[in-house]
Amino acid sequence: MKRVSLRLSWAMLGVACAFAGSVAGNEANAETIAITGGKIVIGDGSAPIENGIVIVRDGSVVAAGTAVAVPVGARTIDASGKWVTPGVFAGFTRLGLSEVDAVNGTNDKSGGNSGFSAAIDIAPAIDPFRSPFAVNLSAVVTRAVVAPDVANSIFAGQGAIADLGADSDAVTKARAFQFAVFGEAGAANSGGSRAGNYLHFRAMLREAQDYAAGRDTFDDDLLKAEDAKALLAVLRGETRLLIHVEGANDMLRLIELKREFPVIKMVFVGATEGWRVAPQLAQAGIAVIASALNDLPATFEMLGATQSNIGRMKAAGVKVAIGMINDRDSHQLRYTTQYAGNLVSLQRVPGATGLSWDEAFAAVSSVPADIMGVGDRHGSLKSGKAADVVIWDGDPLELSSAPTTVIIDGVEQPLSNRQQRLRDRYARPTEGDLPKAYDR
Amino acid sequence: MRNALTIGTSLVLAIALAGCGATDSDTATASAKPAEKLPAPYPSTYKPYPGVATAIRNVTVFDGEGGRIDNGVVFMSGGKITSVGGADTPIPADIAVIDGTGKVVTPGIIDIHSHLGDYPTPSVEAHSDGNEATVPTTPEVWAEHSVWPQDPGFSRALANGGVTALQILPGSANLMGGRSVVLKNVYARTVQGMKFPGAPYGLKMACGENPKRVYGAKGRMPSTRMGNLAVNRQTWIKAQEYRKKRDSGKDFTRDVGMETLAGVLDGDITIQNHCYRADEMAIVLDMAKEFGYKVSTFHHAVESYKIADLLRDNNVCSAVWADWWGFKMEAYDAIPENAAILHNTGACVVIHSDDENQIQRLNQEAAKAQADGRRMGFSISDAEVIKWLTYNPAKALGIDKMTGSLKPGKMADLVLWNGNPLSVYSRPEKVWIDGALMFDSSDPKRRPVSDFELGQPGEGDVK
Repeated sequence: MKRVSLRLSWAMLGVACAFAGSVAGNEANAETIAITGGKIVIGDGSAPIENGIVIVRDGSVVAAGTAVAVPVGARTIDASGKWVTPGVFAGFTRLGLSEVDAVNGTNDKSGGNSGFSAAIDIAPAIDPFRSPFAVNLSAVVTRAVVAPDVANSIFAGQGAIADLGADSDAVTKARAFQFAVFGEAGAANSGGSRAGNYLHFRAMLREAQDYAAGRDTFDDDLLKAEDAKALLAVLRGETRLLIHVEGANDMLRLIELKREFPVIKMVFVGATEGWRVAPQLAQAGIAVIASALNDLPATFEMLGATQSNIGRMKAAGVKVAIGMINDRDSHQLRYTTQYAGNLVSLQRVPGATGLSWDEAFAAVSSVPADIMGVGDRHGSLKSGKAADVVIWDGDPLELSSAPTTVIIDGVEQPLSNRQQRLRDRYARPTEGDLPKAYDR
Repeated sequence: MRNALTIGTSLVLAIALAGCGATDSDTATASAKPAEKLPAPYPSTYKPYPGVATAIRNVTVFDGEGGRIDNGVVFMSGGKITSVGGADTPIPADIAVIDGTGKVVTPGIIDIHSHLGDYPTPSVEAHSDGNEATVPTTPEVWAEHSVWPQDPGFSRALANGGVTALQILPGSANLMGGRSVVLKNVYARTVQGMKFPGAPYGLKMACGENPKRVYGAKGRMPSTRMGNLAVNRQTWIKAQEYRKKRDSGKDFTRDVGMETLAGVLDGDITIQNHCYRADEMAIVLDMAKEFGYKVSTFHHAVESYKIADLLRDNNVCSAVWADWWGFKMEAYDAIPENAAILHNTGACVVIHSDDENQIQRLNQEAAKAQADGRRMGFSISDAEVIKWLTYNPAKALGIDKMTGSLKPGKMADLVLWNGNPLSVYSRPEKVWIDGALMFDSSDPKRRPVSDFELGQPGEGDVK
């Protein structure tokens, strides 16, 4: 995020009023904040620390724990009786890519008929002024993996990592990964057969190599030059390849492909049947951003769906985070913590495999950040990480809890949004002396 | 996972496949006289499965009507609730006793808005049976004639959601989408075997974007909201005429669609009206007055909070999600405090799913709506919130005399939760339907597996 305050723009949108005066501008990131007395969750899978202190300075976490001194001059926030955690790192979203999904003009999820595929860079389409930013910030998501949707190729384009700060610059890391689809979606975008899916994958990568080598054999019917450049980054392992795949057989075939292209950094997304091939995934070192609660055979590649999927993969040694592919992934990131809580609840269901509370929180904080290759800077409250800190009024995974303070890059964020304005206008629905349109 | 937009996709498929099975005429040639009381066709063949007299002791009871008993007793026998009370409630010596320490009993959860069976999983084209999107009013279709009783979704709704009864509705492509059916959540070989005995039928109606989009795209009426209303009013006039003819004592030609509409005007069939926007709901209420019928429930009523007083005064329920918003224009003003503002204003709240996944956690959706209300200063007790999932939907469906709360004499439809159902950490431990134990989390033999899943990967797995 940028340090430049954009309060004016938010106010013009009629969104952030109550907090506009209290949130500092350019110098805010330099502020030193001490959050004291709270129950601290580091986010790395370790157990919560009672009565701890978190120190934030210059936009980063300086320290978090019990034996921490409060620096002189720090602004102190009393978090007694509350929980203090890293912000939620949403593992797979379309955040900021649409305002109203079914209103085409506001929906930038898919490249449509642009003629490009892998070259598409979603970063400029991520619009932090769209209301899902403010709404999901209030639901404590502070960073999100944002992916384009497929259009007419198995490669959807390059996704980004975004922050949800109330400012004009949402993109933490552009071109953070390439997104591709396999299985039913892959077949549908490569002629109607999985055979075409694998052929397209190999052929397009080969074209990219031909392009890089300047060979005459480069065939721009299959791949435009811009697409070839984007795929080179994948081939060279410079950028991750996130692959939407659901079925066990497709995952096994992709593991074979990984042997063929060992430099490619594959991450599986969705992976509803991951538990059926969990040992192979672990052995291949392929991390997974999984849908947490898929338990229905929605398609024939999801026949083995169970809510125990993530728990079983984790138990087999797979690195696994929670993501929300095609699951209201532009508007409802608030489900991220609810899903994590559900995985905890499975521990008390006979025969089910869930996650411990500590593991579940890590699956929505440090693990996705690690999988996306930004764990050195994001996803936990360890010293040196970007200061995305949330103070909650209760257990972060419980349905009744909500944030009282959200900090991104060391800057306290406004927690006002359009939904709250509507709420306040209609708390008493009957009109008074003037129409509701005058009530603001 | 299927959201409102993919329902739209199903719609397109339904349209594309139109003509494959559509008939030219809705009318039957047989004539009937009002004096001849025809037996209801396609009757329920549901029979409760055997249960054993059981008491749950030391348990927290939410009775579904807003009551709470700590350290209570629920005793069922003969498929009915026998008694509910405090620790001193007498229990016969020779019955099964379950210790409910740390656990909670609620009535079975009722989902007033489901498409299980008519949009089942797997969600393939061949299963897309929820919208007869070939003409804008199809009161002649019955959802039960689309329900596939092997939908794996029924088992998930039972095991994870504690759902014991549910209304299956036609989709919302049409202004009048057809008759709904209320089911017991008990697998059967036939849909008749699932039909809730004695439950009234509902008529699905739809406001707003869907009908005008579907038919506007075909270049026919309705293509606007005013067109929606016009087609509805013309159809109600025909229904009034049909009813007059029917009651005249003279011979008349039966019309399957008109029978449903006349049933609404008779007060025998409830109106279940998909309607997002507050202004449109107000217009529908006036249309109901114009033609003399009653709206039971507005479904997907994301803007109910704006007219909570009007809905209260008209005694209409709002079936709502906790927090869905922004997926279409008419859902843009949805707020998570919708349920709480309705409740605080004294209007009827029902939490519904319209979704094969969220039907598995209606309790969690209600809990979020409760918490959002609390943060705006509206304190709503757990026992009241449980009413949103039990008694209120039962009342809106017209089955509240039979189920929906833990009152002696009612069907023993209940859930034993392993903790407070308004916590994310709680799940159903046991579910009884008519006193029969139909799910037991610790007994794989009490975990239903539909034909579709037999012999498939994960058969009988915990889901």
